[in-house]
Amino acid sequence: MSTADRVASVGVGRRRSFAGVFLGYAVLVFFALVYLFPFVIQIVTSFKTQADAAAHPLSLVPDPFSVRDSLGRLANGSSGFPRAVLNSVVVTVLVTAGRVFFDSLAGYALARLRFPGRKVVFGAILAVMAVPGVVLLIPKFLVLNQLGIYDTYAALVLPLLADAAGVFIMKQFFESVPTSIEEAARIDGASTFRIFWSVVLPMARPALITLTILSFQGSWNEFAQVLVSVQSADLQTLPLWLANLVGGSLGAGTQYPLKLSGALLATIPVALLFALLQRYFVRGANEGGVKG
Amino acid sequence: MTTSTQTPAVAAASRAPRPRRRRGGIRSGERLSGWLFVSPAVLLIVVFLAIPVVMALWVSLTGWGGIGSPFSSQVPLVGGKNYTDLLGQDGLVRQDFMTSIRNVFYYTVLVVPLQTALALFLALVVNSKVLRGKGFFRSAFYFPSVTSSVAITTVFVFLFSGGAVNGVLKWVGVDGPNWLDDGRGTIQLVLGWLHLVDPDAPPSALTDHGFLSLTWWDWLAGPSVTMLTLVMLVVWTTSGTFMLMYLAALQGISAEVEEASLLDGTNAWQRLRYVVLPMLKPTTFLVITLGLIGSWQVFDQVFIATQGGPDKTTFSPAYLSYRYGFADKSWGPAAAMSFVLFAIIIVFTLLQRFVMRDKDAIAERRAVRRSRKARA
Repeated sequence: MSTADRVASVGVGRRRSFAGVFLGYAVLVFFALVYLFPFVIQIVTSFKTQADAAAHPLSLVPDPFSVRDSLGRLANGSSGFPRAVLNSVVVTVLVTAGRVFFDSLAGYALARLRFPGRKVVFGAILAVMAVPGVVLLIPKFLVLNQLGIYDTYAALVLPLLADAAGVFIMKQFFESVPTSIEEAARIDGASTFRIFWSVVLPMARPALITLTILSFQGSWNEFAQVLVSVQSADLQTLPLWLANLVGGSLGAGTQYPLKLSGALLATIPVALLFALLQRYFVRGANEGGVKG
Repeated sequence: MTTSTQTPAVAAASRAPRPRRRRGGIRSGERLSGWLFVSPAVLLIVVFLAIPVVMALWVSLTGWGGIGSPFSSQVPLVGGKNYTDLLGQDGLVRQDFMTSIRNVFYYTVLVVPLQTALALFLALVVNSKVLRGKGFFRSAFYFPSVTSSVAITTVFVFLFSGGAVNGVLKWVGVDGPNWLDDGRGTIQLVLGWLHLVDPDAPPSALTDHGFLSLTWWDWLAGPSVTMLTLVMLVVWTTSGTFMLMYLAALQGISAEVEEASLLDGTNAWQRLRYVVLPMLKPTTFLVITLGLIGSWQVFDQVFIATQGGPDKTTFSPAYLSYRYGFADKSWGPAAAMSFVLFAIIIVFTLLQRFVMRDKDAIAERRAVRRSRKARA
């Protein structure tokens, strides 16, 4: 190959890579549109009147700009929305706090403490993680009903207070931390709980943040488990309220600004968290994958 | 509960704490605190997970109608009847259940390959070294996965039945169907377009005979147009999560491997085909099995977007079980459906755990073999 040939082939390669880069960006932008446009439509529709949303579903400019049929109706107590928000906040805060505490307690014990039955408990945790959630819908209702707490706040919160996957994540984390500091504290005579609370948990911050986010996202978005736990309108969480509103009234053009603005407000807390702490979501997703 | 698997140190501590006093004292404290630490989580999981499963197993053997306790002596015990109604005996229950199995089968056959391929494609593009702004695109693709399924489905209901999607289709001259209310089977439609079969007058060979309470014509219907809409929705929301798994795996493929194959004079396609894809095989397997497990559980989207309709073409086993229980108070058949679904899903879960137990070793061996083959 002569020098000239070589130069020419390098030139071709470069041109091809320019084309490749262009194509790459074209693909990315196309898919970014596909993935984000529905959210744009959702936001815009939240500021349309009902008539506008029905007549011009694709227009990106509300005409007139109005929240009368969306946020205005949501704010009214009779919509059930304020109550649903309140319920969702209460449930999410309690469930997240409970999960982070109970899961890390159990995870720490399984990783560090030697007690009889430890392997059996861990085996059971692994087995429980394999049980698919929707299979538990009927069983869960049966037990709540039997315990007499169906359709109460307790039914919304108690069953979600600990989860096997969270225990698993915390156990994996604690096993990756060196034991030397704990040993030192132990020799100083600190109790096991004291060591856990003041020595171990502060070191576990990254794992705790991951677990907090997973629990927050999971309990804020949870739908099916809530559906089989309560039936009163007063006890609906946001996803249940929205599902009953949307599922209950199929028909073209009905109340879309109301539904979409409700969906938007249900999305915002997790979206904010995602924007601020995305790397923890990414970690959670990959750990969720490992657990299978 | 077995204690034979204890480590020697534990056994020594529990049997003879006295000779090594200090250590034994600490370790015996651990036994108590160990159980104290795990007991809240274990108690919650037992009460709200293990006991419910046992209780549902009992209910699946009864004709409980939802009034009083299922354990009371008034509740008729029907043995395996609920299961034979589902699987053996011809009747409405079996017809409904088999319809839901058919629906979710077609749904899975579409969702799993589509979301896997899309996730891999997006990961390869986002991982490309020459592009900038990858973080933004990665977030954009992942975002639908973290939001509430109920909220996302609400948006899709608006897009598909509020006229937005058909508005876009009109720009390119296509008259879109009535997405969320079209029960026509797509395989039947395609057969009709090809003039092989008239969907309005299907051949009697297919309609007069059947299998498990559905005619062959019904089995071969394919996913309904409405089910296709749910497929699009789910592929769109889940591909981001799986893209992240592929991205993590791609970052694990060392630069050296790529450089070595570059030196061997391979082009980009050969590297993808013979080096990258084989090394991604464990991830692909994980994505496919997680996809299978998730697809068989489809529930939220059905509840919100279609409620099983039109013509029962979007009933999934999970949603059917819910309806039988909560709407019809047929708790026995509903619980039995849950267990049959459980059995189906557990097969995929066990398959996954079996194959993933030694994923790294398998991946390495394959990659080495492939890169040798590519060079040769």
